[in-house]
Amino acid sequence: MAKAILTPPLEQHGLSDDRLRWMLRNMLLQRMLDNRGFQLNRQGKIPFATGSEGHEGIHAGAALAFERGKDVLVPYYRDMGLCLGIGLEPLEVLLSMFARGAETGGGRQFPSHFTSRRLGIMSISSIIAAHCPHAVGAAYAMKLRGDGGRAVLCSFGDGATSEGEWHESINFAAVHALPIVFLCENNEWAISTPRARQMVVKDIIEKAAGYGIPGIKVDGSDPIAVYGVLKDVLDRARSGGGPTLVEATCYRFLSHTTDDDDRTYRTREEIERHRNLDPIPRFERILIEHGVITSADASQLKKDVLAEVNTVTDKAEALPFPLPSELYRNVYEGTHEPWL
Amino acid sequence: MAVASTKSVVMNNVEAVRQTLHEALKNDERTLILGEDVGARGNVFLITKGFIDEFGPERIIDTPLAEASIVGVAIGMAMEGLRPIAEIQFADFIYPAFNQIVGEAAKTRYRSNGDYTCPLVIRTPYGGGVRGALSHSVSVEALFYHVPGLKIVAPSFPADMKGLLNAAIDDPDPVLFLEHKKTYRLVKGEVPSGHYTIPIGKADVKHPGDQLTVVSYGLYVHQAIDAAQRLGTEGMSVEVIDLRSIRPMDRTTILASVRKTRKLLIIHEDNKFGGVGAEISAMVAEEAFFDLDAPIRRLCGPDVPAMGYAATLEEEFMISTDRMADSMRELIRF
Repeated sequence: MAKAILTPPLEQHGLSDDRLRWMLRNMLLQRMLDNRGFQLNRQGKIPFATGSEGHEGIHAGAALAFERGKDVLVPYYRDMGLCLGIGLEPLEVLLSMFARGAETGGGRQFPSHFTSRRLGIMSISSIIAAHCPHAVGAAYAMKLRGDGGRAVLCSFGDGATSEGEWHESINFAAVHALPIVFLCENNEWAISTPRARQMVVKDIIEKAAGYGIPGIKVDGSDPIAVYGVLKDVLDRARSGGGPTLVEATCYRFLSHTTDDDDRTYRTREEIERHRNLDPIPRFERILIEHGVITSADASQLKKDVLAEVNTVTDKAEALPFPLPSELYRNVYEGTHEPWL
Repeated sequence: MAVASTKSVVMNNVEAVRQTLHEALKNDERTLILGEDVGARGNVFLITKGFIDEFGPERIIDTPLAEASIVGVAIGMAMEGLRPIAEIQFADFIYPAFNQIVGEAAKTRYRSNGDYTCPLVIRTPYGGGVRGALSHSVSVEALFYHVPGLKIVAPSFPADMKGLLNAAIDDPDPVLFLEHKKTYRLVKGEVPSGHYTIPIGKADVKHPGDQLTVVSYGLYVHQAIDAAQRLGTEGMSVEVIDLRSIRPMDRTTILASVRKTRKLLIIHEDNKFGGVGAEISAMVAEEAFFDLDAPIRRLCGPDVPAMGYAATLEEEFMISTDRMADSMRELIRF
């Protein structure tokens, strides 16, 4: 698999060594924050965590193609690395895990349901594909106002493509040739239901044909390839070329969440078989082979990232929960007079 | 009511809604209308007739036939700074959009702790008495009024239509705007000229009286007023409150009236079980039990899935003005 990444060469994608190193760092940061969530849960410190181990290549590549301050991201709950990649602070991730009052959403939502108007990350619920029409609406607003050079990136898993709202969203965006990219992070599993029980088509991008938009499949374990594809289709969207469906393949290495036990529906052997797709060791090896970093650099980077994760963990844990009275705020604008 | 001009014009509810939408589109370029057949067809009741020529297909959007995305796309527009007015062609078609309204629009501000908001209006015609059968006659308010984060408005007079629609469009939160389709052309009334709003959450005493309070909304407000006038000629005095807003609900006006008349009758077209009347009667029982001289009564649609297409079945479902008058007399004599 690694060989595919070597062709074409790194420099053909226009990525500087700094950006390549940034990608690796983002992937490591996500992996360690992910693991931290599961650790904190097993320690009894947080009630719930969700992980995106295996998605790091997609997130690093897509984040780099996203234009900060211009584009809008409408992610789903397995996009921690993508959100980090466009500017979310690791502390914000920990605040969301610990449900602290200082979190932008005030500790109301599950971890990894970020909101950040500051960064252009639209608030989402946990309902699969319910965010897709919101992404389309945001893209419509951009087009109506003539906001040149902006686009919406809407991401979701393979399971989302079974939802009616997903199909309605792609169709609406296609009819109006909206500036939007639909990014499917196909990790093969919708909790316990494998892709073959979700759809008959072999490739999710086949669904694009039904709506008359292009579909592009990319190896999501390869952040450079993801960046290349996402840059192209986001540029196309930003310049009036309309929507694209991108399928980035990956594998979900962890259980769906800390409340799930994947031993009930898949074998350990299957997971091990997919370990050769693990984007992090692969990308690290390639950067070393190309002389972008040394093995010593890689070791130091891991130490630095872990230290940062430890620091923000302590910092977030020390902060308070929201006050109980916060329950009553922001139901409506202004004072809500509850019907007591 | 903040009225900018003393001039007024007589019009029906269709015209009131139409003129209000037209003004909003003219005055605020962030507003747009999206829904099924709102463009070239001008909406099935001709409310948006000609709008597409004046404002263009970008702002008068004939959407694909898919209600979840009509509301869902409108939510995204609202989150990104537009002021969308979504239309569900008939309230009966709103069910596919339930997730978007209840799970998304109503919770956008709350789940993001105010980081994102959803200033969205969803207009839809509801109600029966027009031979609309099972899927063009329903009342949907009880399915939504349980949900904090939503506002629900159901005006029945042209002046209220205008004032409350303006308020809904200005509102920073999602508003479900229910228009009783039988009142569209049946009801005419004076509508003040110029821009004005009526606060969401304020009921209106449409017929003053002191022996019985009747709370209603929609088509039945008009019949209740007719019945109250009839009882007036018989020497009985009935106060009719037009609820206008279902959520938030004006408990102050209801309680003040009940404390005065000491009797309460709630009339609505939606069925009784879990209906809006259940909440009103529970609230009055909690707040004003010792002020009551008679049991609270509810006159509501029957406990069946919908009104039938056959005239006999529809008539059996709908409450006649005679039945309203009978219930009023009975309660006054209690």
